[in-house]
Amino acid sequence: MPSDDKKLMNDGFFYRALRGVREGWSDFRALTPRERRKKLSTLLLDNAMLIIILFSIIIIAILRPHFLSVASIVNILSLTAARLPLAIGIGGAIVLTGTDISAGRAVGLTACIAASLLQSSSYLGKMFPNLATLGVFPTLLIVILVGALIGLVNGFFVAKFKLHPFIVTLSTQLIIFGLILLYLQIGNNGGQTLSGLDASYLNFVSGPLFKIAGTPVPRYVLYSVIICIVMWIVWNKTAFGKNMFAVGSNEEAARVSGVNVFMTIVGVFMLAGALYGVTGFIEGARIASIASYTGQNYESDAIAACVIGGVSFVGGTGKISGIVVGVLLLQIIFVGLNFLSVDQNLLYIIKGLIILLACAVDMRKYLRRR
Amino acid sequence: MGEVILQMSKIRKSFPGVLALDDASLTLRAGEVHALMGENGAGKSTLMKCLFGVYRRESGEILLSGREVSFKSPREALDAGVAMVHQELNQALKLTVAENMWLGRLPRVRRLPFLVSSEKMRERTRRVFSELGLSIDPDVKMESLSVSERQMVEIAKAVSFDASVIVFDEPTSSLTEGEAEKLFEIIRLLKSRGTGIIYISHKMNEILRICDTVTVMRDGRHIETRAAEELSVEKIIKLMVGRDITERFPKREKKPAGELLRVEGIGGEYSRLKSASLTLRSGEVLGVAGLDGSGRTELIEAIFGLSKRRGGRIFLSGREVMNRTPAEAKKNGFALLTEERRADGIFGIRDIRDNITISSLKKYGKRIILDERQMSRDTKEYMKAIKIKAPTERTKISTLSGGNQQKVILARWLLTDPRVLLLDEPTRGIDVGAKHEIYLLINRLAESGRGVIVVSSEMPELLGISDRIIVMSGGRVAGELLASEATQEKIMELAAKYA
Repeated sequence: MPSDDKKLMNDGFFYRALRGVREGWSDFRALTPRERRKKLSTLLLDNAMLIIILFSIIIIAILRPHFLSVASIVNILSLTAARLPLAIGIGGAIVLTGTDISAGRAVGLTACIAASLLQSSSYLGKMFPNLATLGVFPTLLIVILVGALIGLVNGFFVAKFKLHPFIVTLSTQLIIFGLILLYLQIGNNGGQTLSGLDASYLNFVSGPLFKIAGTPVPRYVLYSVIICIVMWIVWNKTAFGKNMFAVGSNEEAARVSGVNVFMTIVGVFMLAGALYGVTGFIEGARIASIASYTGQNYESDAIAACVIGGVSFVGGTGKISGIVVGVLLLQIIFVGLNFLSVDQNLLYIIKGLIILLACAVDMRKYLRRR
Repeated sequence: MGEVILQMSKIRKSFPGVLALDDASLTLRAGEVHALMGENGAGKSTLMKCLFGVYRRESGEILLSGREVSFKSPREALDAGVAMVHQELNQALKLTVAENMWLGRLPRVRRLPFLVSSEKMRERTRRVFSELGLSIDPDVKMESLSVSERQMVEIAKAVSFDASVIVFDEPTSSLTEGEAEKLFEIIRLLKSRGTGIIYISHKMNEILRICDTVTVMRDGRHIETRAAEELSVEKIIKLMVGRDITERFPKREKKPAGELLRVEGIGGEYSRLKSASLTLRSGEVLGVAGLDGSGRTELIEAIFGLSKRRGGRIFLSGREVMNRTPAEAKKNGFALLTEERRADGIFGIRDIRDNITISSLKKYGKRIILDERQMSRDTKEYMKAIKIKAPTERTKISTLSGGNQQKVILARWLLTDPRVLLLDEPTRGIDVGAKHEIYLLINRLAESGRGVIVVSSEMPELLGISDRIIVMSGGRVAGELLASEATQEKIMELAAKYA
């Protein structure tokens, strides 16, 4: 290997990428026309989701120019930020070749708890009239712990009894929904929607961080960014993260290698649960009126986002950056469809199709290698 | 030997950046057992894949009984009477033997063609089995059979297609010597029926015993085709690697020192291991022989805490260790290389660095965040030291050859600085060159004062690299032999003791 190439290899990301493109192009030119066509079609198919989404953005932007206004973009980014912690949590479960369909209900329960503890003391319908409004931080801590507890139960049953996460979380999802309904019956509430939230809570979560061209960016965008950074470090730079990818890639090999498989699985689910707690806390103030159905189906959006972002159900592979892109693209689509005034009922069908297509495109990549 | 039935000539196949086959040829006659040999990456499997239509050849021709053929899929080849018995058996384990035989062409009830006729299926299976002298019940589930019996079913399936050409890919890699003998008998039977057999294997002695002709490939080319009786192990190795390998089993300088490990009467709670004891000295290589199912793998898995133990005690340097889980065994200085590399060895979609450092993350994560620079440095060092051939330390492990993958897993354990290494079939399915390097590595480990236990079904290997050999039989230790006094016959005799 010539020495300057060796230098490039050891250099940073940019040079590596540049070298990759250069080599890719020269490889491509060396092919016969038939091979080129095949290579191109493979490339198109592997990136089908991305292409379809970009294409839809262009069409929506042409039909509804307002779609690309500052207010609309800030809206899309905020929605993305609100859903990111949840998606990253589920992403961990998918890396383990699992899934977590209790996520949406966990968000619902933690949102209820956060809202009930942070109702304004002057609000007449307060759930706990004799209880002073709890501080923002103690409440955050409580919902994170509740979320982690849900994760502990999920992870324990998956790791200890080797149950498929689908079955475990299908069951806990029902249990949590029951808990939500019971919780809303407590005190003065009587099953009502929780509202009348304290200003401190609303401001802490949704208060303006700064303004872009007059449009305020809510504070939770910042929290979401922090979570992404922390989770990126956890996934890529810690022994726990490496163990998670190892267990997802080959559980038996991980066990033989001396990885504590049980603790790794429980840890991944607990971390996911804690992130649902954070999401619930943010959703509580963002929506500001919490009912039993809050959080319903959030997990399906999150799973779709993960798969679009390259967190494969094959296990052992996935990136935080991919999840961010996945959530963002999905939110763009949803907001775009709203701009086109697409029927709400149709949205479900579209979401389902997106998940199916994304999974199929993803599996294709791994099947080809055999 | 009869007339030529299969002729592959001047086959060429390239992948982007690699010329995998260039002028590869093979001529097979009826009733001939033809060995196809070469190191990993020499192009044996690529050539076979071109024959079976898994890959499309770029040039060259394939004549089957004088007619040019170009199969588009293995199924098409099978219909034309060209079958393959794979190294890794792909069978539906939950279905019965008979169902596996006729899968994809299940016989129907005559008047009700939407119903499968179990009667016909059973009847036809019995007919094929009796032709081959097999005594396997067609109605049992595939999963209840041993690996060798499953392979026999696979062969029977090929016969049921009236195959005139059968390719065996590493057929004995997971068989014991006794089972291999049974396989050779069947091969002789097929031969006498005029079937042409292509036999791919790394085991030299086996090939010299059962093959008529040997074709050696190197770097995608045909190197030599000769009658087996003109060849010797040394000559074949020389043709394969293109140079002389002076000794197949390198010698160790140092002699073993004091006792390092003592195992007293351990059994397996759920495995066939009944009760076994052994001692291992530091600097010693202890071989473990035995038939498949004798409990040899279960023995070292029990020592490592991979399977639940019943009774028994383990002492390392005189101190008792529990080794309840692999994680605990690792902490105590044990390392285990498992038999099934793909199933429980490698993390296929991760890179080499992740694969090597996974067992030593504690070392790099003293301040929570892993020291990735050090991880890369150590990985590169080991790649150099034990000659792992790969572009960079971030290359995906699944793109490496079997021998290189095995070295990566060895490197993983070396990085934990173990005192006792338990190696289960360390050279299974890897080529001569890489085998030699692994023997050298085992020697180096022993000479540095570690203890090495090697389980192997290849007796020449055990005799060549061990100081002492214990023989397992029926879940117990049947006897112990000094390698200098042991012979294959003595080992076989002990292996049959409780079987």
